[in-house]
Amino acid sequence: MNAVIDAVRVTHEDVGGPAQPLLSVRGLIKHFPLKRDPLSRGRGGNAVRAVDGVDFDVKKGETLGVVGESGCGKSTTARLVMQLIKQDQGELVFDGMAVGSRALALREFRRQTQMVFQDSYSSLNPRMTIEDSVAFGPLVHGSAKRDAIAVARGLLGRVGLDAQRFAGRYPHELSGGQRQRVNIARALALHPRLVILDEAVSALDKSVEAQVLNLLLDLKDDFGLTYMFISHDLNVVRYISDRVMVMYLGEVVELGPVDQVFDAPRHPYTQALLRSMPSMEPGQRTESAPLSGDPPNPIDPPSGCRFHTRCALARAACAAEAPAMTQQDGHAVRCLIHQPDSGYAASGALT
Amino acid sequence: MTQSVASLTAAAVTAPVARSPGYWSNVLRRLRRDPLALTAGGVILALIIIAILAPWITPADPFQASMLKRLRPIGTEGYPLGADELGRDMLSRLMLGARLSLFMGIVPVIAAFVVGSAIGILAGYAGGWTSTLIMRVVDVFYAFPSVLLAIALSGTLGAGIFNAILSLTIVFVPQIVRVAESVTTQVRRSDYVDAARASGASPFTIVRAHVLSNVLGPIFVYSTSLISVSMILASGLSFLGLGVRPPEPEWGLMLNTLRTAIYTQPWVAALPGVMIFITSMSFNLLSDGLRSAMEVKE
Repeated sequence: MNAVIDAVRVTHEDVGGPAQPLLSVRGLIKHFPLKRDPLSRGRGGNAVRAVDGVDFDVKKGETLGVVGESGCGKSTTARLVMQLIKQDQGELVFDGMAVGSRALALREFRRQTQMVFQDSYSSLNPRMTIEDSVAFGPLVHGSAKRDAIAVARGLLGRVGLDAQRFAGRYPHELSGGQRQRVNIARALALHPRLVILDEAVSALDKSVEAQVLNLLLDLKDDFGLTYMFISHDLNVVRYISDRVMVMYLGEVVELGPVDQVFDAPRHPYTQALLRSMPSMEPGQRTESAPLSGDPPNPIDPPSGCRFHTRCALARAACAAEAPAMTQQDGHAVRCLIHQPDSGYAASGALT
Repeated sequence: MTQSVASLTAAAVTAPVARSPGYWSNVLRRLRRDPLALTAGGVILALIIIAILAPWITPADPFQASMLKRLRPIGTEGYPLGADELGRDMLSRLMLGARLSLFMGIVPVIAAFVVGSAIGILAGYAGGWTSTLIMRVVDVFYAFPSVLLAIALSGTLGAGIFNAILSLTIVFVPQIVRVAESVTTQVRRSDYVDAARASGASPFTIVRAHVLSNVLGPIFVYSTSLISVSMILASGLSFLGLGVRPPEPEWGLMLNTLRTAIYTQPWVAALPGVMIFITSMSFNLLSDGLRSAMEVKE
């Protein structure tokens, strides 16, 4: 039986060694064009700038947490990385090989990168038994039916679903937590190196969420996985992540090790976001909302720093000058306060 | 690191797995509890059996005319359902007429189901320009009322059974394309199709493994509701002399030839219409039953 597993398993050599990032994303841009009637054309932008110049690395073996409000481009980034939608601009480099190049065809990249979606129900075909759903990936990549089913049952067992009881069932017969386990098993069936978890535990209730999170941590060790963990739940991100990336309106505003970002956030947006977490101490109750209103419209983002319209520390310079990413011991931030040569210090209050 | 998987696999593969009943067996089970749909299904089954066996089981020769026995009322001895304007046995003609009427009801819908599903799924899955192009062409067909379109097409193609079937097929294809396109678009946007794309499957494989199983059901149900329309349109074409030709019995044509007798023998003259009504009603009830049996969310 080991032979079966070995035959099905794809042997991924670590091409660039442990120091090379598993995934490098450079200058990723995705604008969704708007259909507009001719009369209102010319007013405002003509595209939703969902992802607007995103750069980041995912290191081998780490968990990169991605946080931000709804509409900040987290999920679009995930779909771009998975190549479910095509980017307008930008480059994905997977272990030193450009995705879609001759060195790493899209199909091969997809074998090495898998995704778990938020909605556990709609991400399973309602007409397929769960073992068929899990076996689909290996079948597509040329496994024999018998081997694919064997892998599927093995993985279902590994994620905590007894194959004898569950393999022949349909998605509607399972609970949300069980379905999400199936989705995880399906993602692992191709033996990927990178797994994108797009709000994968957000829809589960708390006790189930904790079980699935622990399962994810176990699987990460067992299979040597790298995670990109997208969530709006800051506690969960802090628990599971090694590094955290904070997104705002299609841009990365802060990226650093989890403890630094959570204990000493540098960007005013991150600071506000963390203050919005309910405190366990009754004495430290949040009295007023640290962030008010919705994010600005991504069709027509604010000038300069995109956050200046809601930022407590904004000055005149913030509306004029777009901040660049500044690095300091592995902790990057996009804010004029931390940009030494910016006009922030000299400029007056925002009118 | 695959040790755990490998050891679990050995046990898991050999052991038998509990199978849940599939979707279609659940649909059938629910359909069996629906008395109305069951009755309708029984009527249709009976009609189909009669239609198939008609040449051997008709009580009299459906083509044997008799000038003496014209327009006998229902219940006349030897003529349980009366005789038509040429003195032919109505019961025998209605039985034999079921053949062509059912044929003209079902065949155009099957043909349109095959063609329309293929085009609609292509449009729905491809999206973008392909979809726009196909759907705008379909809209052109939609601009005409289906009766008018069927008459115009048959009139152009000429009378005859084959041409009538062809024109009815052309009438139904756009309607099925539209349904197929909309359900396919829905399925294409679902996460499980994204997951399948993420696993590297080709569009063809995704359509075969994930799309077809989810769209054919709704398209099929919609198509069954078209059978009655097809029967009525086919009868209409025959009535106008564009479909079946005399002396071949067909319900629409019989309605036409008997219409002059409506004042002398209204009940006999109405019989073909009653048959059309019962049959199309049964198809509609079965279709409704099928729809509600399939609508249960699972």
